[in-house]
Amino acid sequence: MAKVKGDVVIDIEVCKGCELCIVACPTDVLGKSKQVNNKGYQYIVKVKEECTGCESCALVCPDAAITVYRKKKQAV
Amino acid sequence: MEEKVMEAVNAEENICVPENLIYQRPETLLDVPMHYCPGCAHGTVHKLIAEVIDELDIQGKTIGVAPVGCSVFAYQYLGVDFSEAAHGRASAVATGIKRVMPDKYVFSYQGDGDLAAIGTAETIHTCNRGENLLIIFINNGIYGMTGGQMAPTTLPNMKSTTSPYGRDVQTMGNPLVMTDLIKQLPSVYYITRQAVNTAGNVRKAKKAIKKGFQYQDLNKGTSFVEIVANCPSNWKMTPLQSNKFLEDQMFPYYPLGDIKVPEKEVK
Ligand SMILES: Cc1ncc(C[n+]2csc(CCOP(=O)(O)OP(=O)(O)O)c2C)c(N)n1
Ligand code: SF4
Ligand code: SF4
Repeated sequence: MAKVKGDVVIDIEVCKGCELCIVACPTDVLGKSKQVNNKGYQYIVKVKEECTGCESCALVCPDAAITVYRKKKQAV
Repeated sequence: MEEKVMEAVNAEENICVPENLIYQRPETLLDVPMHYCPGCAHGTVHKLIAEVIDELDIQGKTIGVAPVGCSVFAYQYLGVDFSEAAHGRASAVATGIKRVMPDKYVFSYQGDGDLAAIGTAETIHTCNRGENLLIIFINNGIYGMTGGQMAPTTLPNMKSTTSPYGRDVQTMGNPLVMTDLIKQLPSVYYITRQAVNTAGNVRKAKKAIKKGFQYQDLNKGTSFVEIVANCPSNWKMTPLQSNKFLEDQMFPYYPLGDIKVPEKEVK
């Protein structure tokens, strides 16, 4: 069975810290940074490694700040 | 992009390589920061329009008409030709553009203050003529840009700056459901109501917008895609609270789903 593994890249300067992605993520991968970006928004960071590459966070992001990668690899 | 920060990528393996890429900012959504408030559905819908235009590969053949309202700068964010229209007149302007250039894909993008208040007449007559274009209607139940005044679509008892005690339907009438008016017009080909508050709804809304463009290609007449949207700033809520309000209050009044669908669906 193929094991799916994903990852996200967040453009922290585009992010407005709205948190919609945090609740959209079924595996709670995303959280808020303690830092703010140049616009003064607390941006989003990965707080866990459980990303499955489901795209949910990226779909709901109004500012298209999230890029999603997913790899299918053979289980050992 | 240099500023793009790769966050704490899995230590043993970096899977963020081009062959694993499955979702990225659409090309037609230009690389400029949008002025919308955090969490505002306007951004999400712009993104979906851009994705559809990319997928249909019609960037050079699409002309948008921007309204007056928060999305007045839509032309700065979408990399297609655009015209601005006077408040409420976007569908009339779109009519002119489409009639002169029938081979272009033409859409109007309008808020509820624009489409359902000052532009009610233009909207109804465009639909009644069955103009072969796509109308995208962002219904957030309020005038966003001007500071949260009551719109015809404001819910009963909903507070706004011009209904500080809540909309009194005795004096202000009931919320105007635009789709109820236009669905009676035989020349409107496709009417649907969608939202972009969850990943599932975003997927459905994108399909609806795509159909709107495809029907236009088939010369089917007017497609009307309503998006029930949030306005966190003027609802005086956080983005998450505004999405809860959407589900609890807006969707019961403006139920999601298809309202008028053609007999034979496009795939
Ligand atoms: C002819 C005219 N009348 C009034 C205005 C003021 N005005 C600007 S935006 C707006 C309402 C916009 O609300 P809506 O269409 O709901 O869009 P939103 O900002 O909520 O996205 C009004 C009344 C104007 N610009 N032009
Ligand atoms: S949805 Fe987008 S803008 Fe909002 S917090 Fe997440 S990454 Fe930032
Ligand atoms: S005022 Fe409302 S509609 Fe306008 S950008 Fe802000 S949240 Fe969106």
